Amino acid sequence: MAVPTATAPAIRVTGLEKSYAKLDVLRGVDFDVARGSIFALLGSNGAGKTTVVKILSTLLKADAGTASVNGFDAATQAADVRESISLTGQFAAVDEILSGRENLVLVAKLRQVEDPGAVADGLLDRFSLTDAGARRVSTYSGGMRRRLDIAMSLIGDPPVIFLDEPTTGLDPQGRIEVWQTIKELAEHGTTVLLTTQYLDEAEQLADRIAILHQGRIIVNGTLAELKQLLPPARVEYVEKQPTLEDVFFALVGDDGKHGDAGSDRGAATDD
Amino acid sequence: MTTHFLGGTAALTGRSLRHITRSPDTVITTTIMPIAFMLLFVYVFGGAIDTGSDSYVNYLLPGILLITIASGISYTAFRLFLDMQSGIFERFQSMPIARSSVLWAHVLTSLVANLVSVVVVVLVALLMGFHSGAGVAAWLAVAGILILFTLALTWIAVIPGLTANSVDGASAFSYPLIFLPFISSAFVPTDTMPGAVRAFAENQPVTTIVNTIRDLLTQQPVGSDIWIALAWCVGILVVAYAFAMATYRRKIS
Repeated sequence: MAVPTATAPAIRVTGLEKSYAKLDVLRGVDFDVARGSIFALLGSNGAGKTTVVKILSTLLKADAGTASVNGFDAATQAADVRESISLTGQFAAVDEILSGRENLVLVAKLRQVEDPGAVADGLLDRFSLTDAGARRVSTYSGGMRRRLDIAMSLIGDPPVIFLDEPTTGLDPQGRIEVWQTIKELAEHGTTVLLTTQYLDEAEQLADRIAILHQGRIIVNGTLAELKQLLPPARVEYVEKQPTLEDVFFALVGDDGKHGDAGSDRGAATDD
Repeated sequence: MTTHFLGGTAALTGRSLRHITRSPDTVITTTIMPIAFMLLFVYVFGGAIDTGSDSYVNYLLPGILLITIASGISYTAFRLFLDMQSGIFERFQSMPIARSSVLWAHVLTSLVANLVSVVVVVLVALLMGFHSGAGVAAWLAVAGILILFTLALTWIAVIPGLTANSVDGASAFSYPLIFLPFISSAFVPTDTMPGAVRAFAENQPVTTIVNTIRDLLTQQPVGSDIWIALAWCVGILVVAYAFAMATYRRKIS
């Protein structure tokens, strides 16, 4: 794939501060996200992850510091930033009363892409929602809603996508579906900023991981770099017990996990 | 930017109109209360009310139409509130569309939904014996006044829709608006009311609006009432719009 020669990061955050009343949520946050990479912002509940995402997606104004996306300043060039991004918020932001297809067509019309109907059908197919496309979203499962939500974010091919806790509240199968989708996004060259409170999610997906704690980034690096922060591994012999996840998938079958993933990868080559 | 605004507003209006066609109960429940009032006043109280008019339903309909609109706009606040809560509002705000189109879509939807309710109530009134010899121009004038009144109340409804913390809070503001026609010339002539009540009734917006619509429908000269009625509608509209927009800007910045 043709990588742009521009080496400027897709997202640059420097000295970001934000407080609500007397509560200092962000106390000087700095990080860069390279183009086409998956960056995970890890932190416990209330660490300020959502606040960072809201500032980057022009929904909130920072008290101090700068945030730029795709080379545009989030505060002074908000309209340009909005052209460059899509936000998938913490709660699936889909219209329950409309059908899945109508949700996609709506976003396609709002983004003024050509032939909204064809774009919608293409995405329904890519996210295995074609059969459910005509049904109202209120009948969808949590995983389907999330997939639709992410599909809506892809319309217009924004170079940067924010995913705020994309798997919170999903069952294990739904989580794996969403993970697969996120990996495919990055393979297509989209920059993904992901917030999560699940350590394994960051471990599975992210090229770089930053830990946000008490309003600051306390570490930022690749998984390997973060692992080196602890003493080197020692070899121990432990009995391998199956995890609950192994048991779960052994019992319910994991066809949703591997079957879909394989066919999706095949389908993805034509766009 | 204007094409962004128009295209965005059209797409979003289509969305919220679809909400109404998929749950027509919101239009039906909007009309139930005004129709119930109309039945109650025409068939129970009406015989004892001396309005000086030949048919009480003719006298009553203008006020009932205002009550219909006042109860209808609580759904506008409700729909806006749901969007604010559900996260779809943030999605729209983070997209490259004119930000005010999100609000305008709700306003236009409110206008359409209320006009449908008004037509339903007029049809019921016709079944109950309402008749008018008014010509096209008079009906158009009535429609114009009702549209202005709907817009004025809709912009009022936007404020609780944006700021409420609960569903009840989002719709409760409409109760005083529904009550206002009772202390006006909508149900009974104001001249039998005691001094202070009468002074209030004769100088609040509902009375002049009701009198104007009634005069138009009964082919009476409207006199200066129509200008006072229009001034009230436009005045409320401008003030409510300013407050709603200020609230909106505070919300999205």
